[in-house]
Amino acid sequence: MDQNQLNDYIPIVGLSVVHDLQVIAEKLNGKTIINVNSTAVGGGVAEILTRMIPLLNQLGVNAKWDVIKGNERFFNITKNFHNALHGVKVDFSQDDFDFFVHVNRENMKIMNFDADIFLIHDPQPVVLIEMKKVLGKHWAWRCHIDFTNPQMDLMEFLNQFIEQYEYAVFSAPAFSRKLSIPQALIAPSIDPFSDKNKELPKEQINSIVEGYGIDLSRPIVTQISRFDYLKDPVGVVKVYKLVKPYIDCQLVLAGGGATDDPEGMKVLEDVREAAGNDPDIHILFLPPSSDVEINALQRASTVILQKSLKEGFGLTVAEALWKEKPVIAGAVGGIPLQIKHQYSGILSYSIEGTAYYLKQLLHEPEYSRELGINGKQHIKENFLITRHIRDYMLLFLSLMNKEDIIYL
Amino acid sequence: MSKPFHFYTEYNLPLLLGIKSSNIRNLLENIRTVPDASIYYHTHRFLQQHHFLVPEPPNDFAYWIRNVLNLTELGEATASINIASLNNINDVRQKLIKTIEDYSSKDSSQANCVKGTEFQFMSCKTFCLPLDCHAKDLNEFAEQLESISINTFYYHIFETQLRLGKNKNDFADWFETLGYHELAKRVSSLDPYTTTLNGLREDILTLIKTYGSKSIK
Repeated sequence: MDQNQLNDYIPIVGLSVVHDLQVIAEKLNGKTIINVNSTAVGGGVAEILTRMIPLLNQLGVNAKWDVIKGNERFFNITKNFHNALHGVKVDFSQDDFDFFVHVNRENMKIMNFDADIFLIHDPQPVVLIEMKKVLGKHWAWRCHIDFTNPQMDLMEFLNQFIEQYEYAVFSAPAFSRKLSIPQALIAPSIDPFSDKNKELPKEQINSIVEGYGIDLSRPIVTQISRFDYLKDPVGVVKVYKLVKPYIDCQLVLAGGGATDDPEGMKVLEDVREAAGNDPDIHILFLPPSSDVEINALQRASTVILQKSLKEGFGLTVAEALWKEKPVIAGAVGGIPLQIKHQYSGILSYSIEGTAYYLKQLLHEPEYSRELGINGKQHIKENFLITRHIRDYMLLFLSLMNKEDIIYL
Repeated sequence: MSKPFHFYTEYNLPLLLGIKSSNIRNLLENIRTVPDASIYYHTHRFLQQHHFLVPEPPNDFAYWIRNVLNLTELGEATASINIASLNNINDVRQKLIKTIEDYSSKDSSQANCVKGTEFQFMSCKTFCLPLDCHAKDLNEFAEQLESISINTFYYHIFETQLRLGKNKNDFADWFETLGYHELAKRVSSLDPYTTTLNGLREDILTLIKTYGSKSIK
């Protein structure tokens, strides 16, 4: 992956945005910030830190990144934490909790804590806050997980650590909880230069899309998501079948998933069964590293759906809007932050509702175009990596300034 | 000689209060008690995040009341609160309370919203930064106005008037000190809540061209 220079973003976001980043960064001069998470590769947190740390360094902010170490048992426990925080019932023993704390404390013995500000990502390293009693300094906890329906015994266990931080940071308003510490909202972002979002030549788009047997001369309706019941791919097929008698469109359901994930395979089977023999339904089970292919499919689409029943933030919506596509999406998780109904996209609540709006957008290309233009503008102003970097810098400054209005 | 105009910019870090409302009565209760910064955030965030759109809906309360609770009449009443005529955030809060109370006295239905679509109260921490950008006279001001970011515009139009307690926006205030009384009066009477911020920028530039001559001070 090529690392972009800060100045590369100027033609996209404007000189003033990059200049303001530089002004804010100056206020962090002399401060060292350490990010800590649990994996250096794979997953959204590692992906964003990989892109963000070099940009912060270019701004003159001494940002670093460290990873805690753990064995298989530790990561099994934290995987169960992840599921339980998403509302799946999991039984934890006191031994599990004790081992989790123990591994964190072992990491404390070997990690370098030479910094002014610590940004700790997700539950895995949350116990590191115990070092605050020794070091002082500033500490914030960054939660990337959907916290709308967490298992309460786990939440109580984690709260004893979370509430020792100065700030908790969540990705969407619905994830916030009653906590005794301030909570900031920092939404995730997309990088316009990543393979998934960069501009592609028309010939490359056409070649990729036609390679999948998709007809570029007819409308293409696409949902990009892994094959998961919560993304409602079977519901998307039903939407298509309600629309197809009126508009000769094609449906593309494209996404990845682990082949050793039995539920993912079952969902894929269900989708294939629902699709039947319709040659205009294209079910594409894509391998990892299909970012350019996903980019091309989105760019070739007439309308993009994200009919999720439950969602973390739903960055596929931001990706589609960035490409000026009209999007119809479920009003769940972080999606309402990205779409204001009938301004920058459509929010829907049912199969019938989605079909109704889909017909409308396919019949009214001018209206669709307006939604796409507004949607792209909204993403440009609020969900690009430059905004994300700015919010992190403002968070760091918030740790050092307690007032509501701060003159820097 | 008057002082040059120094441009500032501002950025907000949104804060989550962990407070939510699922019906109109509970929304009213929370509007009474949340911090000033929360009222400010919910009545201005939309303008900053959606300033490129036709400026509707102008505030989060109106959007939620209309689109989530489906109370169109109250949604319209809340959207049409004339914030431009109010002097501070407490006045905005009181006007919101009165609008919702008036509606509730006529219609006592207290339907809850669908789970997951509650109104989430937020607030913000505001960072104001001086820019290396100033104007000594109207010509320089007009040149700068064409290129300043929307956040700079936002700071001088909304922040100083509603949260820092000035009775007019920064631009009108400076025009006044230069002696351009008519220009100051007209810029002061612009309603920034019913136009996009870029539209407002154009309006001010037009007013400078029209009333920025010494002869019509």
